[in-house]
Amino acid sequence: MATQHSRAAARLMISPAVLLLLCWMLIPLGLTIYFSFLRFNLIMPSGNEMVIGVFGHGLRVPGPEDFSGWENFYWFVTDPSFQAAIINTLVLVGGVLFITVIGGTLFALLLDQPMWGQGIVRILVIAPFFVMPTVSGLVWKNMFMNPVNGIFAHLAIGLGLEPFDFFSQAPLASIIWIVSWQWLPFATLILLTALQSLDQEQLEAAEMDGANWINRFFFVMLPHLARAITVVILIQTIFLLSIFAEILVTTNGGPGTATTNLTYLIYVSSLLQFDVGMGSAGGVIAIILANIVAIFLMRMIGKNLDA
Amino acid sequence: MARAVSIRRKSITTAAAWALGLMMFFPILWIAILSLKTEGDAIRAPIEVLSSVWTFESFGAVQERSDYLKHFTNSVVISFGSTFLGLLIAVPAAWAMAFVPGKRTKDVLMWMLSTKMLPPVGVLVPIYLIFRDAELLDTRIGLVFVLMMINLPIIIWMLYTYFREIPGEILEAARMDGASLREEVFFVLMPMAIPGMASTVLLNVILAWNEAFWTLNLTAADAAPLTAFIASYSSPEGLFYAKLSAASIMAIAPILIMGWFSQKQLVRGLTFGAVK
Repeated sequence: MATQHSRAAARLMISPAVLLLLCWMLIPLGLTIYFSFLRFNLIMPSGNEMVIGVFGHGLRVPGPEDFSGWENFYWFVTDPSFQAAIINTLVLVGGVLFITVIGGTLFALLLDQPMWGQGIVRILVIAPFFVMPTVSGLVWKNMFMNPVNGIFAHLAIGLGLEPFDFFSQAPLASIIWIVSWQWLPFATLILLTALQSLDQEQLEAAEMDGANWINRFFFVMLPHLARAITVVILIQTIFLLSIFAEILVTTNGGPGTATTNLTYLIYVSSLLQFDVGMGSAGGVIAIILANIVAIFLMRMIGKNLDA
Repeated sequence: MARAVSIRRKSITTAAAWALGLMMFFPILWIAILSLKTEGDAIRAPIEVLSSVWTFESFGAVQERSDYLKHFTNSVVISFGSTFLGLLIAVPAAWAMAFVPGKRTKDVLMWMLSTKMLPPVGVLVPIYLIFRDAELLDTRIGLVFVLMMINLPIIIWMLYTYFREIPGEILEAARMDGASLREEVFFVLMPMAIPGMASTVLLNVILAWNEAFWTLNLTAADAAPLTAFIASYSSPEGLFYAKLSAASIMAIAPILIMGWFSQKQLVRGLTFGAVK
């Protein structure tokens, strides 16, 4: 069907997108890898700068004389804040996944039932997903979790309890809570979509065969949802590894390193401490971690493309 | 669907679902209320807040304190600019892959998707330095470009899945009826492709509007969109609950409304077709 002519035209139509994405991926990635092997500090130039032409302006970076081998990686990985950041990242991602997958499944099951005003309820539940991260961070921190003026503090006082200082007593849990509020709608929406594609007759057949609701859930619904749950987990993991704004506006990674995740740690070492070499080494590690998740996700999406 | 459900059961699920919905929505509702209060009243106990006077003064104060409109304009320019620029590049690419699929089309698509998996922080330093040396830091044009690049894979994927649903036979029929290529594109394909393109624009404007990694790291005073503007409230001077609420409500309202219209596309766009 497709002629030689249309093939050439097609190639021409795809090429701008491919070239742009290729540049977007290869240039920064190449530079990150290059920087990670350099002694490169923004406020202490070594004097060996060279200029790489970009946009006719030229990018000033240290030359190969500043090569430092695996030093950056060594110092980054052995720094106690790196271990803290890895643990925080895992707890943050794991905590949010736990809450959103279980909560999302329950929400989806509830919203799938017949009820009055289903459309409006759905809108209410989904709304938090559209709130920008800086707003949700600040609103939860100030209006809800503030130990003096927050709603939770007012409630605690009303009940005769001591107000709880969320961000100094349980900073990471507080951030997990905020991020979960943002991502619960996403999990709910996807699982609800998947649930609605379940064949009703299958459920009825199971019911007639005497399956109670527990059995119907575990042997009919859950297997049907398995794929959607996997997709939710993988996609959320990709986004959750890069949580940044919520931490920046609430705790700045503190107290100490209590809420510093890998993304935030790299931001601190490269843009606040100006140690580009170290930050880049962290960047390479972050890329490797994200790729491990990405491989699984890509495989699932690829399978779906064939079908 | 034909199953009869008792009124009692329906009432219980309705009550439970509404309670759940209101709980999830409550923080948004609460800042909407606080935005209509004075600073002094906004920090009081919830019941006192509700019974205090209502006022629009915070909205004016936000504009005066830090030129809200400028940041709002920045958000509009950056989110719509990046989306339309992305569309310009993505439409031909998605079109070609959907209608003239080759042996490697699937690989190209998967590779494009893989660029989206790159954690932004992994390329933060080089992008920051390139922007610094090209004098693109804190400019709208720089952000438009960055946000276009991060959303380009999603735009191409969404368009591709929509275009693929247009039956190829309809083109052949048009051709047999003597339509020229131009007529074919404008009168047959465009009308069928427009709904998909509109959904793509909607979702990507939302994503760009809420993007908060690059906007926070690459802007300062001039080009800061609302995400970065709101972040400036994290170091408060004095009483600021009502103003923060007013600024927040204005920042999220447009996108909330757009978001409600895009529920379906959201699933499609963010799962890359893996859940339908």
